[in-house]
Amino acid sequence: MAIRGTEIKIQGLTHRYTPRSPVTFNRVDLESPPGEALAIIGRSGCGKSTLLHILAGLLRPTEGKVLLDGKSVEAPSPRWVMMFQAPHLFPWMTVSQNVGVGLSFGRWSKQETEERVTEAINLVELQDFSKSNVQDLSGGQQQRVALARSLVMEPELLLLDEPFSALDAFTRASLQKDVRSIAKRKGFNIVFVTHDIDEAVIMGDRAVIMAGSPGNIVHELDIDLPDPRERTDPAVQALRTRLMSTFQEAANYKPATAVAGAGR
Amino acid sequence: MSYAVSLTGGGGFSRLMARLGWAVGGIAILTVLWLLAGYWLSINPTTVTFSKFGLIPTLEAFPELWGAGKIQNASAASGYRLGSGLLIAIAIGVPIGVLMGRIKWFNNYTNSPFQFLRMISPLSWMPLAVLVFATWNGSIIFLIAIASVWPVMFATAAGLAKVDPNWFKVARNLGAKPWHMLTKMIMPAIMFDVLSGIRLALGVAWIVLVPAEYLGVTSGLGYAIEDARETLSYNHLTALVVTIGIIGYFLDSTLVVLIKRYSWHRGGV
Repeated sequence: MAIRGTEIKIQGLTHRYTPRSPVTFNRVDLESPPGEALAIIGRSGCGKSTLLHILAGLLRPTEGKVLLDGKSVEAPSPRWVMMFQAPHLFPWMTVSQNVGVGLSFGRWSKQETEERVTEAINLVELQDFSKSNVQDLSGGQQQRVALARSLVMEPELLLLDEPFSALDAFTRASLQKDVRSIAKRKGFNIVFVTHDIDEAVIMGDRAVIMAGSPGNIVHELDIDLPDPRERTDPAVQALRTRLMSTFQEAANYKPATAVAGAGR
Repeated sequence: MSYAVSLTGGGGFSRLMARLGWAVGGIAILTVLWLLAGYWLSINPTTVTFSKFGLIPTLEAFPELWGAGKIQNASAASGYRLGSGLLIAIAIGVPIGVLMGRIKWFNNYTNSPFQFLRMISPLSWMPLAVLVFATWNGSIIFLIAIASVWPVMFATAAGLAKVDPNWFKVARNLGAKPWHMLTKMIMPAIMFDVLSGIRLALGVAWIVLVPAEYLGVTSGLGYAIEDARETLSYNHLTALVVTIGIIGYFLDSTLVVLIKRYSWHRGGV
């Protein structure tokens, strides 16, 4: 079944962890239409991961708001699911129990649960492992289970916080392609944070670059490439080069105006 | 690709048989030593009165005691006290352990008082228990409970402290309510630690039970031993001591099986 994505509107988002700590980012505005795959690129420490946590409702912003289809995000919800750097699977559950865990928190019949779990496991191609102990799986397989665990909720928005950075290059490449193709087939939005230019080009429809301290969005670039995307394709490489040079420009970015009382 | 699945099985039966072999061998050696000691008592004129402590008279005592229903009644009475005490300890120890593992300030406040109370020998509560509780049964159950609550409580707290906080973040993200956190995250995550604590508690409780039954009560294994000593039926006494060992060993083995069943940790118990 196709899922309509969600229209994301981020308005004047400002965040600091405590009133005394420096502003993580200041008055960020960002929009993303339904079904878009948006990459947020930036160096570590520019607040991109914090931004993602606010989008997931796991953190509250200091000012500003996040609207999904016009409704403000106040708390975590299975409609917008986040995937983390590590799979964080539950070791006392089998693969299929892990995948179905989100459904077990809601009112789903046994049959519905089974159908959805099977579908999600098939999507990430782990059919042969559904009864396995998750501790017996490789890192890439574990991250696939985590992906299925998110997909089973049929979220309108999947948030990914550098989810493949701990994997080897080949596993990472195949998961990047899989996530993009599943998102496009299903129609949900993805917002992913990365410091890997390749990842942005392979997975994204658009990339925004965050830089500075306090961070803000300093550039954006459409990634207008046909699917499936291959690293060796000259068009992909050309875009990669463009994004790289934009990123390097942005790295020299200094915020024009310091924020009053930023505490630095 | 199927190697991952086969890792969990494999060689289980032969390993079990080997372990059984060691156990039988060890107990056989112990039995022979006992037999020799009994023989030595019986040939020595100064100790011949105690020859009933030997293996053969003890084995003869079992059918007598069983026939008179003494073993069954004593075990039932002791089992009731042990079970009640342990259940109370679990009902108190697990929730408090969860609070200790989950709430920092609660742990800070309670750690010292609990460590202090833990170091008081359970039997030293006896006089107080007798004053507070109307029945001997009540006092003994209280002693069992206070002896076994600490291992359960501390094991629960330590287990929860080791739990990966990211599991809670993921669960919250997928829509878990506080109730789900407890039943689907915390409890399965720490079941191994809780059961290990109960296993320790059982050991302590079983040790405390017998001396507690020397006093006052007229039922239970401790009382039966005391009774056998007073009537000088030494072979009955030894048979009851062996019964205590057998029951304790059986209960402990049951918990080991449970721990293995609920453990998700790799590398065995």
